[in-house]
Amino acid sequence: MSIEKKPTAPSLEPFKKKLEVIQRRSFLKKSLSIGALSLLSGCTLKDEDAVDKILWAMSQWNDRVQSFLFSPDKLAKTYTEAEITNPFPFNAYYEEIFAPIVDGENYRLALSGKIEDKKSRSLEDLRSLPQISQITRHVCVEGWSAVGKWGGVPFHLFLQYIGADLTAKYVGFQCADKYWTSIDMQTALHPQTLLVLDFPGKSGETKYGFPLKVRIPTKLGFKNPKFVTEIFVTNDNPGGYWEKQGYNWFSGS
Amino acid sequence: MLQKTPSNRTINHRRIIHPLFVRITHWINAYAAIAMLMSGMRIYNASPLYEFKFPPELTLGGWLAGALSWHFAVMWLLVINGIAYLLYGIFSGHFIRKMLNIGAISAYRNIKLEMKYLLLHGTGEYNVIQRLLYVLVIWDVVLLFFSGLALWKPVQFQRIADFMGGYEQARYIHFYGMVILGLFILIHVSIAFAVKGTIKSMFTGRLTKSQIAKLERN
Repeated sequence: MSIEKKPTAPSLEPFKKKLEVIQRRSFLKKSLSIGALSLLSGCTLKDEDAVDKILWAMSQWNDRVQSFLFSPDKLAKTYTEAEITNPFPFNAYYEEIFAPIVDGENYRLALSGKIEDKKSRSLEDLRSLPQISQITRHVCVEGWSAVGKWGGVPFHLFLQYIGADLTAKYVGFQCADKYWTSIDMQTALHPQTLLVLDFPGKSGETKYGFPLKVRIPTKLGFKNPKFVTEIFVTNDNPGGYWEKQGYNWFSGS
Repeated sequence: MLQKTPSNRTINHRRIIHPLFVRITHWINAYAAIAMLMSGMRIYNASPLYEFKFPPELTLGGWLAGALSWHFAVMWLLVINGIAYLLYGIFSGHFIRKMLNIGAISAYRNIKLEMKYLLLHGTGEYNVIQRLLYVLVIWDVVLLFFSGLALWKPVQFQRIADFMGGYEQARYIHFYGMVILGLFILIHVSIAFAVKGTIKSMFTGRLTKSQIAKLERN
């Protein structure tokens, strides 16, 4: 050691400036590669890392923006019988053969939460309410779309009929296939939001949501629950099957 | 009209060839555009319009929900930064000076001059091909913006969706807008890497020594 510590040992002093530049450059390169890494990292929205937190916050910001953009009386475009997509595509988180078959005769729709008349309803009860039908475009979060015809009770009439608290924030849905989702009250009260009793497809075909579906032409497909068994009104956002995995909650069209 | 005179080309080593505002918005835009492109390819893969899918390694987000989250987060960055750049370009005279002089007559009149500068890249003066490509890509991003709005909100922005020929046609417009953007990035980045000093001067705003030497030779 003492031999190497001679005063004639090479000094880095004359190169200090250049070294600093090189160090700065390598730092810049590192930060660039960190940036590139964070850009490239596969994001599942399940990890607690910073990128996911930002994306989650942005998704909530987008909920607020969409709620602001939503106009309660702007109607979705309607189509003619000739424009209906046939056969209408089946879509769920499972394969078509696993679609539940619900016994319509013994079916009862359960009601809970901020609702005055929580008596469960049979299909007959629901049929006795005013019925309309409409042909609208179903837009899937995957990008594809299809035109279908749905008939049933205007949802706002149904909510009034059961004495739901219309000042509450959310309406949630539980389904026979363990699926669940929820929507904002202003969308629930939209004139085209429908409690569906008549489905696309051939008569007797149950896979599109028999006996009860909620059709919302102002929302993406996954916000339109099928095989609905329970409707509840609440002020706490119930989320949903896909929503909790990272899909945007509002998902309005 | 072209205003290129030899005096314009005098080499001033300290001259800022890329204004700071352009440099900042350029790099923010580079990040945003690439993130939108990569997440967009993953979204395309969820329901492809044609018989092919993009290689997953080129995409961002890991799966559809992740890709959508990226796409709808970064769109704010792209749009806010894009608006800032457009306003700067219009009001500072940047567009008039550097891009909009692509008239056929002036290009013809100055064809020799243009040919001479065609191979000079990254000097802060845009040659005729650069000008054409930059104007094209700006309009392409505007098209992507409007077709994107039509896809995001086909009911609330019904007029835009109708203008695009309906939801399904807007998907095709948005897709081809992405293809044009991808091709532009490919050309733009290849040239930036091929011509020495181009990338560095996009950070520093000034000509590099090799660029100055090259200009002096001309």
